[in-house]
Amino acid sequence: MRDEILLDVDNLSKSFTLTRSLGDVLRSRTPKVDAVSDISFTLKRGETIGIVGESGCGKTTLGRMLLKLIEPTGGKITFAGQDLSALSHEEELAFRRRAQLVFQNPFDALNPHFTIRRSLYEPLFNTRVPEDKHDRMVAEALVRVQLDGMMHLLDSYPHQLSGGQLQRVVLARALVLQPDFIVADEPVSMLDVSVRAGILNVLREVRDTMGLAAVFISHDLALVRYVCERTITMYLGSVVEDGPTKDVVTNPLHPYTRALVQAVPVPSVDQSHEPLPLTGGLPDARNPPPGCRFSDRCPLADDGCRLGRPALREVAPGRRVACFKVPSLA
Amino acid sequence: MLLSVKDLKIHYKTRKGPVHAVDGISFDVPEGKVVGVVGESGCGKTTAVRSLLRVMPSVAAFAGGEAVFDGRDILKLSEREMNDLRWRDIAYIPQSAMNALDPVWRVGDQIVEVLVKRGGMKKAEAKKRAEELFAMVGLEMKRLRDYPHQFSGGMRQRASIALSLALNPRLVIADEPVTALDVIIQRQVLDTFSRLQREFGLSVVLVTHDISVVAYVCDYVVVMYAGKVVEKGPVRDVLTKPSHAYTIGLYNAFPELSADEERELSPIEGGPPLLFHPPEGCRFRARCPFATEICKQEPVEVQVGPEHYSLCHRAHETAELREQAKDPAVWRGVVTA
Ligand SMILES: Nc1ncnc2c1ncn2[C@@H]1O[C@H](COP(=O)(O)OP(=O)(O)OP(=O)(O)O)[C@@H](O)[C@H]1O
Ligand SMILES: Nc1ncnc2c1ncn2[C@@H]1O[C@H](COP(=O)(O)OP(=O)(O)OP(=O)(O)O)[C@@H](O)[C@H]1O
Ligand code: SF4
Ligand SMILES: [Mg+2]
Ligand SMILES: [Mg+2]
Repeated sequence: MRDEILLDVDNLSKSFTLTRSLGDVLRSRTPKVDAVSDISFTLKRGETIGIVGESGCGKTTLGRMLLKLIEPTGGKITFAGQDLSALSHEEELAFRRRAQLVFQNPFDALNPHFTIRRSLYEPLFNTRVPEDKHDRMVAEALVRVQLDGMMHLLDSYPHQLSGGQLQRVVLARALVLQPDFIVADEPVSMLDVSVRAGILNVLREVRDTMGLAAVFISHDLALVRYVCERTITMYLGSVVEDGPTKDVVTNPLHPYTRALVQAVPVPSVDQSHEPLPLTGGLPDARNPPPGCRFSDRCPLADDGCRLGRPALREVAPGRRVACFKVPSLA
Repeated sequence: MLLSVKDLKIHYKTRKGPVHAVDGISFDVPEGKVVGVVGESGCGKTTAVRSLLRVMPSVAAFAGGEAVFDGRDILKLSEREMNDLRWRDIAYIPQSAMNALDPVWRVGDQIVEVLVKRGGMKKAEAKKRAEELFAMVGLEMKRLRDYPHQFSGGMRQRASIALSLALNPRLVIADEPVTALDVIIQRQVLDTFSRLQREFGLSVVLVTHDISVVAYVCDYVVVMYAGKVVEKGPVRDVLTKPSHAYTIGLYNAFPELSADEERELSPIEGGPPLLFHPPEGCRFRARCPFATEICKQEPVEVQVGPEHYSLCHRAHETAELREQAKDPAVWRGVVTA
């Protein structure tokens, strides 16, 4: 069962059309940005995958497509054997039960005028779960997020809860339908360090006990490392590295992942102040360089890198890298 | 000492009574040093630093203490003297600086405006200075012609740093300058502060809730909890020998990339007290695994090392407490109420 593939992402792409400037109109050009281009990976039942990469690399766009909140402009997503683009109304309802989003900002995720109780029961009503099951499902979700000792919170409103409690409620709300897949988009970045630790522990528990498949999005590898067995690095819309988190963290292969690992902040005075191994300025999703998309910032780039686009290839069992300069390890 | 804050108190007037947001804090900012102010959301960081520029909402009031900048108490200056001090001596980068630039103006024009209006420069002179400022924070000169929306978050943050440096201040107060940025851009912005400190002797007060940011750029750190400074000292000493239970807790809650796989993080359970009626005794007491009977009494600051102070009743035992604190079980089930 565990090795069964739950989610199969095949050459997934999403480009957004941007508003045309006068110059674009004159040159009769429609500017677009390839937020996600040609991404392929699979997620097994119960597997947690981290998606890392800097701001604007397409993490949120990818996550939203996986939940069918936006439609891809290319490629295909298969969830439990079904093509997500060809679901009947009934099938779509079932999918909405099985796949859930955990919001980044707990303060925006809940309706401020609803009690916590109402927010937790709402998904059950919305997806027409028989009412006699509601109490049990809510109670179970509260146990999962370790809020079961705090039943009195149910009659509070969001503003009466602390950030850590709120984020647990948001997580409970995502778990109440007993999904088999969640996407958590920066679920702890708005929280204080002291409460963030609690949520990370809860996510780990959920991973171990519920057999939930999860995509955990963050720009901070230190967080991903706490909850994900596998990590995918994205750069300007593409996957540049994919492998077991432990290997990626201790031995990053792609030159961009190496920079990301070095950039992770550590609470020690004796950390390296060496400049990050990145040349050039910031990535521009609207004008990616020709060839490898990282070539204008890559310390290893040569002429070959500026001509062709490196394919994502397996360099060791379970490890994929898209870089001409990384030799096969096997 | 460039800036010396002593027993500063700030209240907010509310219908339910005064909120003691900053309740008698003291700390120093030496010339040419970067001082970090850390603490969890709501502990009074923004309230404290905004008061140093006297840019406070009308419901906020000073309730005591002093803030001596270069020999003069900021709290006692006339509004005119204060105006002369802002930008010129002390500049402020607000918490939402990323969005502080006016969206309909070119970034360069906004900097020139400050230079002309506040610095009395001629337009041509101001334009040259704006170019210098951009170079100082590592932005390309041609980007002066851009509008804020054409900048990434990190570039906008650097542009606000450039703006704050317009009139050559001696002290920059930056409120959460890297909080919303990804790790790579965060690193670049922090490097910008380090470079300005090194090359121009700039002093910085940097507000953050992230101890790794403090570890990376700061010389000194001031740890706040519920309106009080609970620990302060040289960064190395505070991070290697945290001497207040709250600081020890912060350290154990921090996820580390290199930590061994199974290390469990220890959250500090519960939340900070409401600041209408701060509890008596140590304010961290309800969440502290090491609290004893004595903690119900008001703690006094004790020196635990050179320039290193703690407001913990058990400060003299912290070597042992640090060891105990490594066990996540110690932090579980502390909060009873
Ligand atoms: N609705 C949209 N219209 C136009 N462009 C968009 C839209 N949504 C996203 N983009 C662009 O797509 C790219 C990827 O954005 P996305 O939000 O997925 O990045 P991200 O990795 O989640 O970034 P962050 O870490 O800042 O959240 C960016 O260049 C962004 O500007
Ligand atoms: N205008 C106001 N009226 C009443 N109370 C206020 C006001 N502004 C802030 N407070 C309260 O004062 C306390 C300190 O707030 P402050 O914004 O200084 O905290 P902070 O440490 O900067 O938090 P954050 O990390 O969230 O920015 C909080 O309890 C807050 O609720
Ligand atoms: S392919 Fe070339 S440019 Fe791209 S990451 Fe590898 S070395 Fe750098
Ligand atoms: Mg995003
Ligand atoms: Mg603040």
